[in-house]
Amino acid sequence: MTALSRIRNFSIIAHIDHGKSTLADRLLERTGAISERDMREQVLDDMDLERERGITIKANAVRIDYTAVSGVAYKLNIIDTPGHVDFSYEVSRSLEACEGALLVVDASQGVEAQTLANAYLAIEEGLEIIPVVNKIDLPAADPDRAAEELAAVLGGTPEEVIRVSAKTGLGIDELLEAVVDRLPPPDGVEDAPLRALVFDSFYDSYRGVVSSVRIVDGSISKRDAVQFMATGLDVEADELGIRRPALEVVDHLATGEVGYLITGVKEIDLIRVGDTVTHTARPTEQALPGYQEPKPMVFSGLFPTDGDEFERLREALDKLRLNDSSLVYQAETSRALGFGFRVGFLGLLHMEIVRERLEREYDLDLVATAPSVAYRANLTSGEQVWIRSPQDLPDVSKLDSIEEPFVKVMIITPSEYIGTVMDLVQQRRGLMGEMTYLSPERAELHYRIPLAEIVFDFFDQLKTRTRGYASLDYEPDDYQASDLVRVNILLNGIPVDAFSTIVHRDKAYPYGKAMVGRLRELIPRQLFDVPIQAAIGTRIISRETIKAQRKDVTAKCYGGDITRKRKLLERQKEGKRRMKMVGQVEVPQEAFVAALKLET
Amino acid sequence: MESPVAGRQSPDDGLSYRSPAARYQPDSAEVAQAASAWRSGYVHVPFCARRCPYCDFAVVAADEAGGGETDRYVDALVAEIGMETTPFRLGSINVGGGTPTRLLPAQLDRVLESLEARFGIEDGAEISIEANPEDWTDDVARTLRSIGFNRVSFGIQSLDPAVLAALGRTHSPKQARDAVRAARAAGFATTNVDLIYGTPEETDASWGRSIDGVLDLEPEHLSAYALTVEGGTGLSRAVLAGAPAPDPDQQADRFEYAAEAADAAGLVRYEVSNWASADHVCRYNLSTWMMGEYVAFGTGAHDHRNGTRGRNIRRLDAYLAHVEGGDRPRSGSERLDAFETERERFMVGLRLAAGVESGAIGGPFLASAGGKRLADAGVIGTSGARVLVLEPLLTDLVARSVLSVSADDC
Repeated sequence: MTALSRIRNFSIIAHIDHGKSTLADRLLERTGAISERDMREQVLDDMDLERERGITIKANAVRIDYTAVSGVAYKLNIIDTPGHVDFSYEVSRSLEACEGALLVVDASQGVEAQTLANAYLAIEEGLEIIPVVNKIDLPAADPDRAAEELAAVLGGTPEEVIRVSAKTGLGIDELLEAVVDRLPPPDGVEDAPLRALVFDSFYDSYRGVVSSVRIVDGSISKRDAVQFMATGLDVEADELGIRRPALEVVDHLATGEVGYLITGVKEIDLIRVGDTVTHTARPTEQALPGYQEPKPMVFSGLFPTDGDEFERLREALDKLRLNDSSLVYQAETSRALGFGFRVGFLGLLHMEIVRERLEREYDLDLVATAPSVAYRANLTSGEQVWIRSPQDLPDVSKLDSIEEPFVKVMIITPSEYIGTVMDLVQQRRGLMGEMTYLSPERAELHYRIPLAEIVFDFFDQLKTRTRGYASLDYEPDDYQASDLVRVNILLNGIPVDAFSTIVHRDKAYPYGKAMVGRLRELIPRQLFDVPIQAAIGTRIISRETIKAQRKDVTAKCYGGDITRKRKLLERQKEGKRRMKMVGQVEVPQEAFVAALKLET
Repeated sequence: MESPVAGRQSPDDGLSYRSPAARYQPDSAEVAQAASAWRSGYVHVPFCARRCPYCDFAVVAADEAGGGETDRYVDALVAEIGMETTPFRLGSINVGGGTPTRLLPAQLDRVLESLEARFGIEDGAEISIEANPEDWTDDVARTLRSIGFNRVSFGIQSLDPAVLAALGRTHSPKQARDAVRAARAAGFATTNVDLIYGTPEETDASWGRSIDGVLDLEPEHLSAYALTVEGGTGLSRAVLAGAPAPDPDQQADRFEYAAEAADAAGLVRYEVSNWASADHVCRYNLSTWMMGEYVAFGTGAHDHRNGTRGRNIRRLDAYLAHVEGGDRPRSGSERLDAFETERERFMVGLRLAAGVESGAIGGPFLASAGGKRLADAGVIGTSGARVLVLEPLLTDLVARSVLSVSADDC
């Protein structure tokens, strides 16, 4: 047996909460990679945020040694993938380092849209897939149904599905045997010039850029002079290693192996994910096919509550970008909110995670504007401009048409909710595509829908309407012209860019009315009457007034108890929500967030 | 019974209580400034026939108190007064509650006697008592006048029976009118009427009738308070359970009506909620708002002496146990530093129609972002070296803005 034939590289694909991390932990434990005593729950998930949300954001690879029933010793590399569609770019690059994947489905939940999307990615990459039904120990488990669904999706038989409980360890041995039996070994050429794929990269403040690499052809040793082919960067391999899951330094990574490479490079931009590493002295002629750069899909303005924090926000974004090259941002000025950044995200989850990390890890207090998409405006001059913020939209007189991005949406739902799902999608200007039944109880629906219609609360609505049973996935489609207008919200006569939005003309009035009504509830009464208006251009489409506050005094001074009076005032002052000045109007921070949760 | 106020000299501030030679307007800056030097005493009587749903004072309802409680309590008051080591002469005395008239005149007399003995009482001092109309007979009025009380404050609250019922008050509108007349007949120099507006059961019309009806009685002093939902009261529990809460806009309307009517009746508003005719400001209240010094006795009573604010134990049994054991019944005190004292002087002084001397904090406050906005909106203004709240119903909003000024700003 060759060394290559004793390697298996695979990913675990699973929906959030379907037990991917627990399964990885169990595989590590069963193969002795980690003792039960050291067992930290969910070893692969590093960051607190990931742990809290049950998602893996950064790709990780862990090597375990496994001696099969046949007596052969294998090296198994588990390459972790993010579970969410926002990170499908990262998923596909992780999958490119694998030959196989475990497709894990919760025995009580069945197949979910995101899992399926990632499974399709894996199939497209030509990966061998082992279907796994997890959590078979749970009382609500229906392993047979889940196995049938998996078989239907993958075109196999239910008998091929491995049934496990990652929690109790049931079925893990069978799964490990299936990994070595059913997944193919890597097929690289050991004596060819080095070709190593950079499938992940992160920044460590002490070591500089650390790259996860998969050796496709040839091999790499410590101190080798290597080149990153896309940037032409020539460096030395300072350190090579693997994770087991603790870091272990090695002298050599052979064909088919997965590990990390440190070169001392400090600038993350010089080492691109998807790049090929080769030897400077004996370079390969053919670089590996790279990855497509991910394009930001959703944009939002981020503004520090305290204007003095602008520079800190810039520094924080710069630091985040070291580990997240998909993050794009540029400085933006808002009349209402001051200096901030227009930030592009891969999707809604990505947006939420970035915002939370900025607030939590960098202790920033942020106001985020309504998420929007990138529109394309065709001007009467024949020019075409990108509209990433409603403020960028030129005057109507200069506009010929506005195009908006569409996405292809896949929804998996129990059959009984098909009606309400269709209803929701129609409200959001969705165009029905095909519908297939996975089983008599579950259907897969395909739609084409403007991205702008799903960036708000589409997912929440879908969950609410289907009691949490439906799942959603989407991928970008093309741009298409729509009848779009900008609705401005004016507070005391001043347009508040944070609340203005570009919407379909049919939705302008309901949006304006709802936003104006919402703000009237959210903004406390001021020292003077404050009109709130919604307008398209100069035309006011909705108006409300917050009447001036007239009474804010308690009558008595509590019979000489001045202390109590003062303490009461102090408490009220502390309890007063944090305010942001918009012109002369005090707007509580929460108003921005709450108003933007608006359902249109 | 001999009155302890007979034959005393005028207070030395020249603003003698009811001195016809020096009539002063209640809202004058001079009287406000003089009040900061006045020294007063407060005596708390916690007993009530029952607890009113909006009240959060230290109160013991009759059915909560055992027999003989009042004698024991008066003994304790006298003992507490006797513990004073550095007495000063009192320019005003206020006996409040609770319901002070739950004590017998003889018991009240003992309290006044002990104050006179320990502190001394200025000639012409204001000696005031709070009373419920239903307790106030001609006989009670005459007796209390004879032992030295010259000011009475009636908790009339409203002349609308529906509002009285909602507030848990048991007197009738007629009893209210009779009480005021009886006080006047007995020779009380000042009669105050307390009113509460904005009870959800009240209407604009019924409030109009209450105010007009009370002003027809020509009281020398009027206190009109917006109903406030205090935590822990029956009212607050009811509101939490879904009962209607007072509406601030309605209360603002009612305040405006009251202000116009009182003005037409010749009363002058000198504090957020208080009106008086010339020479009839409440000296005790005014001195507490002007950082004057005051001593205080009884459960839950608060004093202010030598820059320290102190408070007594609120619970009756614990209070009695302390005093009977020979200890001062203190539950805590607070000493403010120079800046905090200045800020408090300014904040509380803003409640006065005369405004407050700008002092060290006034300038920085007016220059602060909050101060500027309030001035731009016409909520505050200045008159010479005084800062005034021009919209009295927004006084707390102004006070919170003052709290944002820090020592570094001054």
